[in-house]
Amino acid sequence: MSDDHVYLTLAEGHEDDTRWAYGTGFEDPLHGVDTAVPEGVDAGELAAQCVALADDALVGAQRLAEWITRAPELEEEVALANIGLDLLGQARLLYTRAGQVDGTGRDEDAYAYFRDPADFRNVTLAELPGGDFAFTVVRLLVLSSWRLAHFRRLTGHPDPVLAAVAAKGVKELTYHRQYAAQWCVRLGDGTDESHRRMRAALEQVAPYLGELHAAHDVRDEVADDLRQVTGAAGLTLPVHRPLPGRGRAGEHTEHLAPLLTELQGVARAHPGATW
Amino acid sequence: MTTKHAAETPPPDGPDGLQEHFDTTIARDQRVEPRDWMPDGYRRTLVRQIAQHAHSEIIGMQPEGEWITRAPSLRRKAILFAKVQDEAGHGLYLYSAAETLGADRDDLTERLIEGRQKYSSIFNYPTLSFADIGVIGWFVDGAAICNQVPLCRSSYGPYARAMVRICKEESFHQRQGYELLMTMMRGTPAQRGMVQDAVDRWWWPSLMMFGPPDDASPNSARSMAWKIKRHSNDELRRRFVDMTVPQAEKLGVTLPDPELRWNEETGHHDFGTPDWDELTRVIKGEGPCNAQRVQRRRTAHEEGAWVREAATAHAARQAARAEKGAVA
Repeated sequence: MSDDHVYLTLAEGHEDDTRWAYGTGFEDPLHGVDTAVPEGVDAGELAAQCVALADDALVGAQRLAEWITRAPELEEEVALANIGLDLLGQARLLYTRAGQVDGTGRDEDAYAYFRDPADFRNVTLAELPGGDFAFTVVRLLVLSSWRLAHFRRLTGHPDPVLAAVAAKGVKELTYHRQYAAQWCVRLGDGTDESHRRMRAALEQVAPYLGELHAAHDVRDEVADDLRQVTGAAGLTLPVHRPLPGRGRAGEHTEHLAPLLTELQGVARAHPGATW
Repeated sequence: MTTKHAAETPPPDGPDGLQEHFDTTIARDQRVEPRDWMPDGYRRTLVRQIAQHAHSEIIGMQPEGEWITRAPSLRRKAILFAKVQDEAGHGLYLYSAAETLGADRDDLTERLIEGRQKYSSIFNYPTLSFADIGVIGWFVDGAAICNQVPLCRSSYGPYARAMVRICKEESFHQRQGYELLMTMMRGTPAQRGMVQDAVDRWWWPSLMMFGPPDDASPNSARSMAWKIKRHSNDELRRRFVDMTVPQAEKLGVTLPDPELRWNEETGHHDFGTPDWDELTRVIKGEGPCNAQRVQRRRTAHEEGAWVREAATAHAARQAARAEKGAVA
């Protein structure tokens, strides 16, 4: 019966297996790409830059994944998953690049699963616990605005791989920022309760802006985005005393370790396993 | 072609003419579309079936979604994240298909969280290890494919078209699940043990996904007459077993049924009888995770109420501002 075709051929090989996901059916993810480090680029610095940006993305994706089956509406389940998947994809390419240039030959999973919290270089804003939907969209707005401005600059980076990852990321981050901005406006302009929650979320996020600018100084672009969105939402960005966050130096809040325990638990329980 | 729109010939007036036109549409294997006249029972049956299907997609996100944050490789994390996202998308299509029949998504959600509408019993079982992710792909998506591929020819157009896309994605998920199991079976002894354990736990509940035996399935005959449903429960169950047995052999796992054997005479496998009392209990709400699943959905819905209210208030204010602007 023709209906059964897809099921009957399940156990056979498929030529299109690479459709499954990045990392399926090949050993060398950047096969055919010139992966030599260009002249004038410090390999150690490039690797550190890739790891830091990958850590921001992986930790951000993990927090978004926590929303799955808990979002306020099914459309938001789909959108938050989309954004989480984009960030996860960025993390994977950046870890892969780091492993090629830092001399260790590590693969993406070695970075994600077998480093301890103090080895992670993500900014601390990314690791703060989920909070409510207002906090989620405010954090997403700030992080995507900041990352987008930085990625725009990286599209001109002398390393062609990092430049290509950034170029791909710009398209994705433009959508993330748009999604977050729309919700910030809806919530700021919505009901008394949503307005109150937005004000609280801005209070919570604002002190972390200093750490972002210390990592990559794109403060003018971020300030423009925030001014535009808070203006349309009837909100004001609170004046804040910046927290001395130093995630880029491996100094984290108490929230990163439990996040990594959950992320890494199964992988670490089965050394030598392949998945 | 069997997909021709039923309304090409205008239906004759009067209830008898409408009924006759509907009957002819079904008899000719043509599609019934949202604006066509249809008997109330047909409409009710479809709303119930499509809503249950949509609820199953949404509740079905939970047992797998639990593992997104814990997936043991980034590749598996991406695959699982995307799969669960697809399920949310399927739920959305299906709620939309139900809305073409006059149902309201909010109302259907209320019915789900108040326990007035069901979802597939399979999602009331727990996911205890990462191997469960593979076995759910292989068995549960596999059983869903067996159930749903014939629905691509269902007599109701919007449902049939939604099923075409959903089935493509389900078969993709099934292959991903089977490939995970293949990889795990090539791994450590502990991984192989996890796979066999997951197979043992999910086999019988998967066979129950096809519903009660034909002689105890009260609605089946009418649904088949209306071509909402195309094959009987027992027929689909037998086909699932026949297709799965060689795949289990290739994988190197044992299906937990001592009565399972090939029957030369019938050209099918003989297999044991699922515990129908267990199915009845799970459907009644007494399965291992029923309360937890519905509670999670209820909590998400209730905790998200302020967000939905804010969006509605903002939209209303926007509309008012636009109107004011137009007047000025």
